[in-house]
Amino acid sequence: MTAAIVCRDLRKTFVVRQRVGRVRRRRVEVRAVDGVSFEVRPGEMVGYLGPNGAGKSTTIKMLTGILTPSGGEVRTVGLEPVRQRTTLARRIGVVFGQRTQLWWDLPLGDSFELLHHVYRTEPARHRRNLDELVERLDMGEFLATPVRQLSLGQRMRGELAASLLHDPEVVVLDEPTIGLDVVSKLAVREFLVGHNREHGTTVLLTTHDLDDVERLCPRMMIIDHGRVIYDGGVAAFKSEHGVERTVVVDLVDPGPPLEVPGARVTKVEGPRQWLVFDRRETSAAEVVRAVTSTVAIRDLSIEEPEIEALVRRVYLDQRDDV
Amino acid sequence: MADASVGLGGVLHAYARLVGARIRSDWQYRTSFVLHTLSQAVVTALDLAVVLVIFDRVTALGGWSVGEVLVLYGFATASFGLADMFVSQVETVPEHILAGTFDRFLLRPLPIVLQLSAAEFALRRIGRVVPGVATLAVGLTAADVSWHLGSVLLAVVTLASGIAVFGSVFVLTCTVSFWIVGSREVANAFTYGGSFAQQYPLHIFHEWVRGIIGWLLPMAFAGYVGTIHLVGAANPLDLPRWLAFAAPLPVGVFALLASRAWARSVRNYQSTGS
Amino acid sequence: MRLYWEVARRSFRRWSTYRAATLAGLFTNAVFGYLRAYILLAVVAAAGGTAGGWDATQLVTFAFLTQGLMNVSLAFGDPELAQRIRTGDVVVDLYRPVDLQMWWLAASLGRAAFSTLARGVTPVLIGALAFDLSVTTSPAMLIVGLASLVLAAVVGFAFRFLVNLTPFWILDHRGVDQLATLTLSFFSGLMLPVVLFPGWLEGLARLLPFIAMIQAPAEVFMGVRDLGGAVGLLVHQVVWVGLLLGAGRLVLARAQRKVVIQGG
Repeated sequence: MTAAIVCRDLRKTFVVRQRVGRVRRRRVEVRAVDGVSFEVRPGEMVGYLGPNGAGKSTTIKMLTGILTPSGGEVRTVGLEPVRQRTTLARRIGVVFGQRTQLWWDLPLGDSFELLHHVYRTEPARHRRNLDELVERLDMGEFLATPVRQLSLGQRMRGELAASLLHDPEVVVLDEPTIGLDVVSKLAVREFLVGHNREHGTTVLLTTHDLDDVERLCPRMMIIDHGRVIYDGGVAAFKSEHGVERTVVVDLVDPGPPLEVPGARVTKVEGPRQWLVFDRRETSAAEVVRAVTSTVAIRDLSIEEPEIEALVRRVYLDQRDDV
Repeated sequence: MADASVGLGGVLHAYARLVGARIRSDWQYRTSFVLHTLSQAVVTALDLAVVLVIFDRVTALGGWSVGEVLVLYGFATASFGLADMFVSQVETVPEHILAGTFDRFLLRPLPIVLQLSAAEFALRRIGRVVPGVATLAVGLTAADVSWHLGSVLLAVVTLASGIAVFGSVFVLTCTVSFWIVGSREVANAFTYGGSFAQQYPLHIFHEWVRGIIGWLLPMAFAGYVGTIHLVGAANPLDLPRWLAFAAPLPVGVFALLASRAWARSVRNYQSTGS
Repeated sequence: MRLYWEVARRSFRRWSTYRAATLAGLFTNAVFGYLRAYILLAVVAAAGGTAGGWDATQLVTFAFLTQGLMNVSLAFGDPELAQRIRTGDVVVDLYRPVDLQMWWLAASLGRAAFSTLARGVTPVLIGALAFDLSVTTSPAMLIVGLASLVLAAVVGFAFRFLVNLTPFWILDHRGVDQLATLTLSFFSGLMLPVVLFPGWLEGLARLLPFIAMIQAPAEVFMGVRDLGGAVGLLVHQVVWVGLLLGAGRLVLARAQRKVVIQGG
């Protein structure tokens, strides 16, 4: 079966002019993507993680035909993205988290109708897809609202629908849950899993949010400084590299460092304590339960693991392996 | 996989819908739209007023009568106005790139120029087209043209060539201004200066001026060449009759040049991301 | 007083840094200067050597002078004030203990000074490359001309100031702005010298403030007026300075009251 997405030694180098002193400029080469190779099979859901500036967006742009690679090759649904731009555009869907593809001043429903004409889908199929998407994403009540008046959560649902209306084989989502509230995030995740299961659409999801990946993608790739440093199962990653998380508790009264099974205290500031635990060994819920059963707390919060910490972890572990 | 209603028809249908969407968006700001359209019409009317004031004082300009100049003015203004309505949107590319909205056009299965034209469509520009067409109609009626297949064809070819050449000038000057930073205003001087000059008989200008904005940028075909043979105006440059009918050739070559330049610009964006 | 001098000086310096834009603007001036010159030559040829009392040389000189003078009066404006009003930033300005109109006049004059130096004379020099031009050499006339330049800049500012105040009442003032620019273009002599207008239209144009911005100083520098006539032009300019600045202050006061009542 031909791959949905395949890249071999993909490279993208930007030339930036930097000011040196008063007048002269120096050419600096920035290797945004430095030899990335991977294959995504049809129907897979893959997460693409990395810190800011790691090369995520640049890879996406090369996959979708926005940028030409400086080296290596890429094929999406078997097509050359830049050369066969219009043919490819019909077969993929793209959502950029921060930039809209909808018509700002018009009702959401109008955007869907316009996209029907842009993609020139057969009317019956368009109708069927639209009905299904409106129901699944619960958009019925704001179809008539102008896009500029929608909340971020509503707009994101609209963007997702817009990217799927024309039955693309591959859908690329660039930070789709950024800035969304918890409820909307859950709705989006649930929808994506369901859609992938029923339609077999390949999903490539770039994100900062490890939770997104955990819930959605059986497989993830981590990119850092233009190179893929990890490509494998999420579960395997957790068991190999472990993931640490932090629970921050505010005690009613300051006290000595708490003793909680599976967690260790890394910092104490007055009544506030930072407890770090390994997700393999215990869960946030258990840690919180253990804490509240021994002492009275005023407030608590759970810190998300930063992608940078993950990346560091991978490097550390790789170094250990060597 | 999505199937499609095939080819050019589907693309034009999509274009029509997209333009409609833009007009509907703009219509929400109705008063602004009306005012703008009116001011476009006033601009055109003022240029016309200048011509009329001149003819209040003299009976011929460069050997052309007022009727002949009006026909010329009509061709030049109507075709420029139409090109302005449908093609000048390419000048918004730098803004889109800056705002990050240009990528969206690359992700859709339609030609980019088409998408730009629809996305930035400004119906108010019709304020220039209507007076232009009206002047043309009045001028042609007053000029007592004998209408037969040849003359109708000539009129159509002249108008179409005008739209094509002005459109190409828009695209060419825009793409050049992408490559050479800060050249936008200089490019505009050619576009707007050139189109302004076409309102007057080309032979009143100096040889070099004629050469650049009449033949090199073949805007002479937007009205001058056709008008001479359509209404029998004075022809001091001795341009042969067949030249008016052959207009599509130089204009076509020029348009091809412009579209190549455009394609190069897009490829350049895809290679550098800016 | 010292404050306004500073404002003008800083404005001068700021505009002098836009070198590329200045050059580009000069190019446009040159192009249109040449085009209008040829059109006027065709007119005068058809009219048998003189039109409106001016001969070919004078008309061509006029074409280039107007391209230079439009950069002196800056009547084509600087939408900065209008922008500030639209975004609401102007409220800050209104609370400052300075005379807003004088402040903006100072800034405008600073800019006009630079513009005059860079783009006031240059179009004429460019025109002189291809044509014979005729300008006055009489020292008295040149002095009157200089005064006329300053007044043109002030009239230009005063008019623009009024137009720029319209956003206080009209939301999208671009329409008003464009209409103002068009009226200005036509009646200032920029599109066609006012002497070529039919009698009644020329009469109207001579009364309006717009010729004070361009045609009046042009006529002085061309030497087509005797001293009395030239001073008469100055008087016309002064009258309009008074009327427009006065109107500007009234409208500004109204606007300030509106802001206070509406709370910005």
